[in-house]
Amino acid sequence: MRLFLRDRIAAILMLGVPLALVLSWVMWPALQSIYISTLRWSGTSQPQFVGLENYERIIDDPMFQTALENNIKWLVVFGLLSIVGGLLVALVVHEQIAGWKFYRSAFFAPIAISFVVTGFIWKWMFAPTGVINAGFESIGATGLTANWIGDPDIALWSIIIAATWRQIGYIMILFLAGLKAVDYFTIEAATVDGAGYGRRLWYVVLPALGPSTTTVIAVTVIDSLRTFDIIWTMTQGGPFNSTQVLSTLMWREAFGNYNLGYASAIAVIILLLTLGFVIIYLLRAIPKEAR
Amino acid sequence: MTGVRVTHIPERKKSLPLGTRITRLVLVVLLAFLSAAWIVPVMAAVLTSLRSFDGILTSGFMSLEGGLSFDNYVRAWQSGGGTYLWNSMVITIPALFILLFLASMAGFVLSRFDIPFARGIMLFMLAGNLLPQQILLIPYNRMAENLGIFDTHFAVILAHIGFQMGFFTFITYNFIRQLPNELFEAARVDGCDMFTMWWRVLLPVLRPPLAALGTLGFAWIFNDLLFALALIRSTDQMPVTVGLLSLQGQFVTDYTVLSASAIITAIPTIFLFIVLQRQFVSGLTLGSVK
Repeated sequence: MRLFLRDRIAAILMLGVPLALVLSWVMWPALQSIYISTLRWSGTSQPQFVGLENYERIIDDPMFQTALENNIKWLVVFGLLSIVGGLLVALVVHEQIAGWKFYRSAFFAPIAISFVVTGFIWKWMFAPTGVINAGFESIGATGLTANWIGDPDIALWSIIIAATWRQIGYIMILFLAGLKAVDYFTIEAATVDGAGYGRRLWYVVLPALGPSTTTVIAVTVIDSLRTFDIIWTMTQGGPFNSTQVLSTLMWREAFGNYNLGYASAIAVIILLLTLGFVIIYLLRAIPKEAR
Repeated sequence: MTGVRVTHIPERKKSLPLGTRITRLVLVVLLAFLSAAWIVPVMAAVLTSLRSFDGILTSGFMSLEGGLSFDNYVRAWQSGGGTYLWNSMVITIPALFILLFLASMAGFVLSRFDIPFARGIMLFMLAGNLLPQQILLIPYNRMAENLGIFDTHFAVILAHIGFQMGFFTFITYNFIRQLPNELFEAARVDGCDMFTMWWRVLLPVLRPPLAALGTLGFAWIFNDLLFALALIRSTDQMPVTVGLLSLQGQFVTDYTVLSASAIITAIPTIFLFIVLQRQFVSGLTLGSVK
């Protein structure tokens, strides 16, 4: 469309103001973090340039290794549970069996509440005298009771269950949208050729879901690496750092110990780990032929 | 490639039989059990919020000892729940409307006019929304201190507007791209300037995707913890997420009051979910499906 001078100015403002906000409140602070990661700085002291020393310290820090390992466990187990679970629920709900709308709402509802509220709800589920243990005791299965988030051996897995509870509905919705786009006539043709549900699923439906799956995986990895709220609400990284992940460690270093340089270096590492998946997501979101 | 679809999941579709009648029955039963399990935690929280702490201490969760009452809600509200809820609204609603207005302007300019590097600008803005929030927290804290807006709602609002702008712009950009050219040509012939075109022609057409985006955005901003944690210190300025954590410090293991607080603070988003479920669903699939 051709623009007159007055409209040119309007266009510059209409794009310029939002762009300036992104520059000043996202890109600029992100660059600042990268710079702070090369400093030794408590926030009140005189900042001292130390080059890559913070990164060297991180590599040797056993706490960082624990956090990274926990984050990888989180990524793999939470990712698999929510993606496979979400896909299965989506496949069944998609068939519109009796009561499917109710099921869809039931799985989907937790999305509306925050991770903090999710953490509150599940902290009580998992409490020593909480819902799960009380349930087991009432049916006489006292052998199954446990200190779900107080025992360092199982605390991380308990929180993953709580997080999955909230995530499955989201993944389900993404796959349902993908399933809607699967070509009905291909499925019909396969049925006419005598393919049962299993073969239709394997050869027609799942391959057609490929693009949705790429998005789902990218979103899940990005979310997993920056997961914070639910862990902070339920255990703050404890007991004995058994639920410490990169983001909780970063928070503790920054706002607990005031090691701003060290904490920024952790944040930069989180960014680098997610970068590949961010690029995958971006290229899928805005394809080249876009204009 | 049609870009983003802003349709909801259809109520009826052509469907093929899923295996035999028996497999269907097994699936229905399984799904019924599983979805029941999904509701249990919420039901448990509601039930607990109505019990008395002493009742639970003496006879456990699996009883109704001590009776049911709304006392815990009163305590949760008086202990700060009401203030937190108000603060969250004061942060969420302005942030959301400013985002919707500014992002629809940026999406309009980027998608309908010959802007150099439009795709690059769009990628750049969306990339901002995909950064891990962790990388922003320390600079936010410093910037807010330096600008003298630390511990104010304004700082949190600015952080949300900046961080979400890329995604909001991306959604409107995709939607506006699919609109017919005639719509804007006609307005142009009528002598509309840019701003009038945006306000009079575009915004009315954009209402459905903005509703979906707004519903989702409300939940995101309302449910955010990190930005508020990094930017707010005083108890009387806290939004619900940070406020809940402070209540947790206060009531420790009294899960009756804690459950009531959690439920009170979740009411706005749950209400939104019930009333606008369709917008919610299409909001979630915005930008993720082609």
